[in-house]
Amino acid sequence: MVLFENVSMTYPGGDVPAIDDMSFAIEDGEFVFLVGPSGSGKTSIIKLITGEVTANSGTLNVNGFDLRHIRRRKLPLMRRTVGVIFQDFRLIDDMTVYDNVAFAMHIVGATNRDIRRRVPYVLDLVGLSGREKRYPREVSGGEQQRVAVARAIVNSPQLLIADEPTGNLDPARSLELMLLMDRINGNEMGTTVLVVTHEKELVNSFSKRVIAIEDGRVISDGMDGYYSYEIK
Amino acid sequence: MKSSKIGYLTKEGLKSIVTHGFMSFASVTIIVACLVIMGSFTLIAVNVDAILDDLESENQVVAYVEETFPEEEARALQPQIEYLANVRSCQFVSRQEAWDEWVGQQENQSSFQSLPAEVLRDRYIIYLDDISLMDQTSEQLSGIIGIARVRADTKVAEGFMAVRNVVSAVSLILIVVLVVVSVFIMANTVKLATVSRKDEIAIMKMVGASNWFIRFPFVVEGLVLGLFGGLLAFLLEWAVYDVMTGQILNLLGNLLTVVPFASISLAVLAVYLGVGLVVGVFGSSIAIRNYLQV
Repeated sequence: MVLFENVSMTYPGGDVPAIDDMSFAIEDGEFVFLVGPSGSGKTSIIKLITGEVTANSGTLNVNGFDLRHIRRRKLPLMRRTVGVIFQDFRLIDDMTVYDNVAFAMHIVGATNRDIRRRVPYVLDLVGLSGREKRYPREVSGGEQQRVAVARAIVNSPQLLIADEPTGNLDPARSLELMLLMDRINGNEMGTTVLVVTHEKELVNSFSKRVIAIEDGRVISDGMDGYYSYEIK
Repeated sequence: MKSSKIGYLTKEGLKSIVTHGFMSFASVTIIVACLVIMGSFTLIAVNVDAILDDLESENQVVAYVEETFPEEEARALQPQIEYLANVRSCQFVSRQEAWDEWVGQQENQSSFQSLPAEVLRDRYIIYLDDISLMDQTSEQLSGIIGIARVRADTKVAEGFMAVRNVVSAVSLILIVVLVVVSVFIMANTVKLATVSRKDEIAIMKMVGASNWFIRFPFVVEGLVLGLFGGLLAFLLEWAVYDVMTGQILNLLGNLLTVVPFASISLAVLAVYLGVGLVVGVFGSSIAIRNYLQV
């Protein structure tokens, strides 16, 4: 669960708040689109949820962790409950597809036996069977993004965040990826999914909750699954 | 910590030496270069010190025994002389021996044949541990009943002391400057190697890796590269030292004393491996510290 209650955050040295008295809640098992123009605060919300920055005021709770008062050494534990997918994939170039996924399991202290069982299963789930020994540079952009998805879900996180996941993909690959996220949210795993995007057509093709933000504030939050917000 | 985890992280550290081959090569090269330059200066200082030691040890004090003392009594003074703290060794020379030696050195030996050996005194040739205490030891020798006069070349001793002080000061300054420069260069090389891994560290942090999980492979990498650099520097130093000392000995023959590398090889190896290890481990730990604060 993600809970923002009157959260405000200003970056060090900045005078305008990036997040201004923001409140919303995402329940376990939900699929939510977070939309808004560039500079509206989408990335700041992700940074707050992943503990990269700290809120100046309000209540911020992610998967049971109070992120305003969390100790630094507890941050890794919180991050293990959140899977993040980035627009630029952020894979480790020197690791094979298999190792890029496996190292996330090593981090949580999984046994080699569990890793050998789980990684092939997840790679199969995202459609990457047979690509295990390749390096990121040896697979397509769509496949790299699926490696990032595999890495994000391999530890069965409670929350999956995708930051502009389709930004580097063509429409067909984008739709494929969103269907995969839908499966991860559905019966397949039941993971809470938060997709940050500004792709109107993609949002409108799914009937999901849409939170729209502008200037660090929530301007609409609807269950109608429609991207009604107009980008300036 | 589970052993399988340590095994995985160690493997990752070793793997990354190969995958970041160029930076590994650069790090080892810098460590070797700095160690060899520093080590060479230190070894020059060690040799200069040994040469001075050698020359100093030739510096002797002569204590003359009272004329009235018969040889037996003169010989009986030896334990008293040897008892003095700064006396390394002493050798009794009788009047006759002194006379024979002196006459042997003269061109016209027959002119002296008629003179008795009694014109000279019995004496002790005394070698000191520390020539800077020559004055003090001379006074102590003069205080022994039966010693009539002491001849000590304190001017020569002072000259040696001055040379040694200058050599020590210059060596120390050079070594300190080289250590500072080397540490700076090595720290920057490690830092440079880490900058290229900034994104990798950020990804690991995002996935929930703890600081030690990220640091461990870096430390393994630093440790291996540091030890390897230390060992390589040792072998190179050995080769350079052998070639250089060979040339010097060919040129100057037995005029100079050269410390054989074998006699200091263990100490050099220990220092090189130690410096390599410290630079490798602490360098990599400190260099990635900034990137762990995410």
